[in-house]
Formats: sequence, structure tokens, C-alpha cells
Amino acid sequence: MSRIAKRFSDLAAEGRGALIPYLEAYDPDRETSLALLRAMPAAGADLIEVGIPFSDPSADGPVIQAAALRGLKAGATLAGVLGMVSAFREGDAHTPVILMGYVNPVESYGYERFCKDAVAAGVDGVVLVDLPPEEADVIEAPAKAAGLDIIRLVAPTTTPERLGYVLSHASGFVYYVSIAGITGTRTASAGDLRAAIPRVRAATSLPVAVGFGVRTPEQAAQAASIADGAVVASVLIETLAGTLDAQGHATDATLPTVLEQIGALATAVRAAGRQAA
Amino acid sequence: MANLMEQQKAARLNSSLRHEPDGRGHFGGRYGGRFVAETLVPLILELETAYAQAKADPAFQRELDYYLKDYVGRPSPLWLARRMTEKLGGAKIYLKREELNHTGSHKLNNVMGQILLARRMGRTRIVAETGAGQHGVATATVCALFGLKCVVYMGATDVERQKPNVFRMRLLGAEVVPVTAGAGTLKDAMNEAMRDWVANVADTYMLIGTVAGPAPYPAMVRDFQSVIGTEVKAQMQEAEGRLPDVVVAAIGGGSNAMGIFHPFLDDQSVRLIGVEAAGHGLDSGKTAASIERGRPGVLHGNRTYLLQSADGQIEEAHSISAGLDYPGVGPEHAWLNDIGRAEYVGATDEEALEAFQFCTELEGIIPALESAHAVAHAMKLAPTLPTDSLMVINLSGRGDKDIFTVAEHLGVQL
Ligand SMILES: Cc1ncc(COP(=O)(O)O)c(C=O)c1O
Repeated sequence: MSRIAKRFSDLAAEGRGALIPYLEAYDPDRETSLALLRAMPAAGADLIEVGIPFSDPSADGPVIQAAALRGLKAGATLAGVLGMVSAFREGDAHTPVILMGYVNPVESYGYERFCKDAVAAGVDGVVLVDLPPEEADVIEAPAKAAGLDIIRLVAPTTTPERLGYVLSHASGFVYYVSIAGITGTRTASAGDLRAAIPRVRAATSLPVAVGFGVRTPEQAAQAASIADGAVVASVLIETLAGTLDAQGHATDATLPTVLEQIGALATAVRAAGRQAA
Repeated sequence: MANLMEQQKAARLNSSLRHEPDGRGHFGGRYGGRFVAETLVPLILELETAYAQAKADPAFQRELDYYLKDYVGRPSPLWLARRMTEKLGGAKIYLKREELNHTGSHKLNNVMGQILLARRMGRTRIVAETGAGQHGVATATVCALFGLKCVVYMGATDVERQKPNVFRMRLLGAEVVPVTAGAGTLKDAMNEAMRDWVANVADTYMLIGTVAGPAPYPAMVRDFQSVIGTEVKAQMQEAEGRLPDVVVAAIGGGSNAMGIFHPFLDDQSVRLIGVEAAGHGLDSGKTAASIERGRPGVLHGNRTYLLQSADGQIEEAHSISAGLDYPGVGPEHAWLNDIGRAEYVGATDEEALEAFQFCTELEGIIPALESAHAVAHAMKLAPTLPTDSLMVINLSGRGDKDIFTVAEHLGVQL
């Protein structure tokens, strides 16, 4: 069983959903983001998403755009991001790590080489925002051979006819983009999620995580209880950015402040348990 | 029987270079495609269906023809540039006068087609990206004509260097949103327009201004711009009784070039030359020559030649001309380059400035700085060709918008 499948099945046995915090690699520098990555499981992260900085993040709002720019300025490369995950794996064999990013750095690195190196580094899955299933043949075979999950996005605009097609290309879990929009802007209501998640569930046996617009502990608890997990990104990056000094460097407050927020999110997610389907 | 006819039809289509991309929106099995977030995929598929229906509907074509004639002012003339020809002493040079179109460039050809499509689709809000502002002005214009809401994203750097067009767009009722991300040029404006579309899918139509973006845009914009080449073919037949020998056009995203090239793709005797902006020079690191100095990658919904780092980060383009200042190029050009059907060359900022003045002084036509890149290459090539050869330069736009930039480079205070 993969780390992703095992983690979701263990959490299901515990009767709760997953908290999936996001960090942008190399934001604001390699050392700080690696320290954050290493500390996240103890703070309550069940799975972790690591953003691969890209120059043109066209599906992201201003907060993640700025994080990507800071990461690139700090020297992030795809090889460097994989190196970070390797370093994390030295101390953590169980927490699933999912890379999230855009396709061009991966295409430039080479799909086959990427899949092999990612798995060797300890990466469990990858979300490539701008690589829909229509274009995914370039990565599907090497990913399968290497044992890397390709996590698929499903959006509110995904039509019922299309849903089955998208899900037939998914592995690991399904990432439900809860709003039609970019990251860090709007938030879906609990009612929206209660209407949408059962439709996705009906079409797949994979776990379903909700992302885009999940900000508060209450929202995270709600999303993780209606679905199988909640991805929290922009709000954590906002918090991180708020602790940087005038030159954009990390301060003593950076790690504790972000980790405390992850702790609060985790507490809420754990307390909420699971809604009966 | 029907099957055989289908096969014969397919064979005929295959032997032609003028074809539709494959089912995945790829040209040559490689370039183009639909590289967008899941949220947008259903929308571009809907657009593709709507465009296919419109294209097959004679009423749509009639409506478009009406607006092209009476609103855009087509056909545009094919002008024999006598003094330029004499001065250069080689090929006989004709200028395709796209700068005479309403709003001053070829951009309105495409915008007219897409706005009629947006109306058919019931969309009420239009978003567009713009570099030089010509596409933004064209879009704002048709939105005024049809009473639609219009939001134009424009890099902050471009807002600064294309002030007259910003003012024109605002007069036309458009909201112009300066984009400060990145270098504040066309690539950043495109990112922001895509973000807007993703967030406003219910009522919004994204009106892309060049032959790039996810399928169906590259082929659709090409179709709407092909009126240029179709007219040139007929006009040259009338003037000279034959095909031209060389067609030269500037390449930003590649829409004016694709529009004039496409009808000639199967006429192998016609040399097709796309002129990219070399900026400070092809090897200066400050260039916008994506085909000559880039390599294939994925940006803005399509796979094509891109200026990018070894790590796959997109690099900033550089050109004196805002409309060419883009690190990518339409995917059909990427394919035409690889199969060798079209040639791609560069012209520098300096060469474009010189050509700008050359065309102005000899023909009394002030070209856009974008178009001046095509003129610059013609100035190099024409003298090397026999006097009985025929060259067409696509004069894609007029240069009124550029007088501030040019004045600054000439050291003149306006
Ligand atoms: C007059 C003119 N020519 C050319 C271009 C470049 O675009 P394309 O390569 O799509 O024709 C522009 C773009 O703004 C333009 O305004």
C-alpha cells in the first residue's frame, strides 16, 4: 500500500479526515522551508503539499504568486525541491508528500527522470495544475512505472459527463477545487461542499480532499469532515509572509507562528471527526 | 462507401499544410494542446464546439463579412511601395495595409470574429490581455459597439509606454487593469486575464489577441486573420497575375503573420518569413526571439517555443515594441518552423527604429514598431533579390501609438 493510501485508510479507521497544509519550497529560503516541512507532522499535518515555484503561476492568487517569486529568488529549482523532500525523508518515513506545481519545469526536467527522481526522493504524488488528463499521457506511464500518484483536480465546472473521464486518470486521491477561481480568494460554503462531494464520491473509490479557499479551523474541520481531507495553503503563506522582515528574510517568529496556526487547524480537524455519509 | 469518401477526404487534407490541429489541438502532433487548469477545460471545450458550429453556419460568415466590410473597412489595399522598391534596388515591394483597418491594426479582424462568437454564446463580459494596446483597443471598440462590459489586462510597463492606447481604451469604456507581476508586460497580462476568466466563468468570454493559448484559440484566431492572406492572393493576382515570391511579417504571438501566411502554405514557391524581435540582439540575452532562442515548453495553455531557463522558468522577453515583447509564439509557427515551411529571423530594436523612419520618409506611412520589424528584414532581403521578384510586407499596424517611444530614442522631447 502506498503512503497516501495507508494514511487515508488509517485516518478513516480513526474516524476523521486529513489536514493537508501547503508550503512553497524555498519560501523564503531553503533552510526555513525545510525546517517548516520537518516540523509540520508534529504540528498536526497528516499529508503535506509542497509547492514547486514557477515563474507564471496562472491559477494562483497574489499570495502564492508572491511565495513562488520568493522561492525563485532564493534559488529554487525542481532538483532543489526534490532535494528538500529527500532531506525530509531522512527523519520521516510515513507522512505522504505531494508536490504541486505547473508542468513546464517538469517537462524541462524530463518526465521519466522526474518520476524516478521524485519517488527516489520520497515524493508520493504530484499535482500538475495545467496538465489536464487530455495532455497527461506524457507523464502517466513513467509515473505508473515509478509508483508516483497523479492527483487529479476536479472543479465545480467539471461536468457530470466529464467527471468519470477525469477520475479514470486519477490515482492517490482526488483534489476537489471547491471554487471556480484562483487560490486564496473565495471560499465555498458548507452547503456547496455537501452538494458537490457526494457527486465526486459516487464516481470514485479514491479519497477526496478539498482545497482552494479553506482558511479557518472551522472551514478546515468542515471540509475534512464532509470530504476526506482539507488542503490549507494561502492563509498559511500569508501568515509566513507576515513574519518576514523588511528584506523578506525569515525571523525568529516565522516557524512558531506558522506551526501554531497548523496546530489550531489540526485540533479543529481532529475534533470534528467524520460526518456520516 | 461513405467510409471511402471519408478516407479520401482525410488523405487530401493530410497532403495539405492548411489543416486543423488534431483532436487534442496539437499541430504536428506536438505543439499547441489544452494545458489549462481543470476549471477551464470544460469552458474551452464548450468554446471549441461553439466555434465549430459558428464556422459551419453561413449566417455567421455573412454577419462577419458585413462587419468586416462596413465596420473594419476591409478589404485593405495592397500598396506598391515604389520609393522603397527603388531605394532598396531589388525585389518589388508591396505593403499589405492592415494599418488602415479601423483601430489601426490587424487586431480587429480577429476581435470582430470572436465578439460575434461571444454574443452567440450569450456572454456579457469580455476580458482580454494586451501588450501594445492594439488588441485592447480593438476589444474595447467592439465592446462599445455591442454594449458589453470590457476588462483589459495590461502590464504596468506597457501601460507606461503605450499611454495613448490606455487612454483610448478608457474613452471606449473599458476598464484597464495594470498588472505589476513579473516585468509587467504581455506575459503577465495574459496570466492575469486567465485568472480573471477562471474566477468569472459564468458570464465571461476571454478574447485572446493572438494565435496562442489553449485550443481552439490558435486555429480560431488564425481563421479570423486569414482574411489578410486571402486578400493578398487575389490582389497580387490582379496586380501582377501571379503569386508573390516572398511574404514577410513580424511575429509577436504570430497572428498577423499566420493570417498572411496561412493561405499560402500550400504554395511552395512562396517564401514565408516571420521576423521576431531580436531586442538588443539575438545573443544579447535581451530578446523576444522565442523560436530562434527558445526551446519547446508549456505556457499559457499551449506547448510551443518559449524563452526559458535551464530549469523551465519562463524568462522575460525584451523588445522596444510592446506588441512583440512576449516569450512565446503561436504553436502553428513552432510547427511551421520545425518542418521548414516558414523561416524565422530576427530584427533588433535599432533596426526596427531605422525601418520605422525609412518607411515613414519614403512612403508617407508611419508603421507600428511591430510592423517596422518586418520592414527591417525586408530592407536586408530585398536588395539581394532580382528586380522581377515580388515581396509583400504585412504592415500590421500604424505607428501613431509609438511616437513617444520613438521620440525618446531619437532624443526628442515631446
Ligand atoms: C501592429 C501590431 N503588429 C503586430 C503585433 C504582434 O502580434 P501578432 O504577432 O499576434 O500579430 C501587434 C501586437 O500588439 C501589433 O499591435
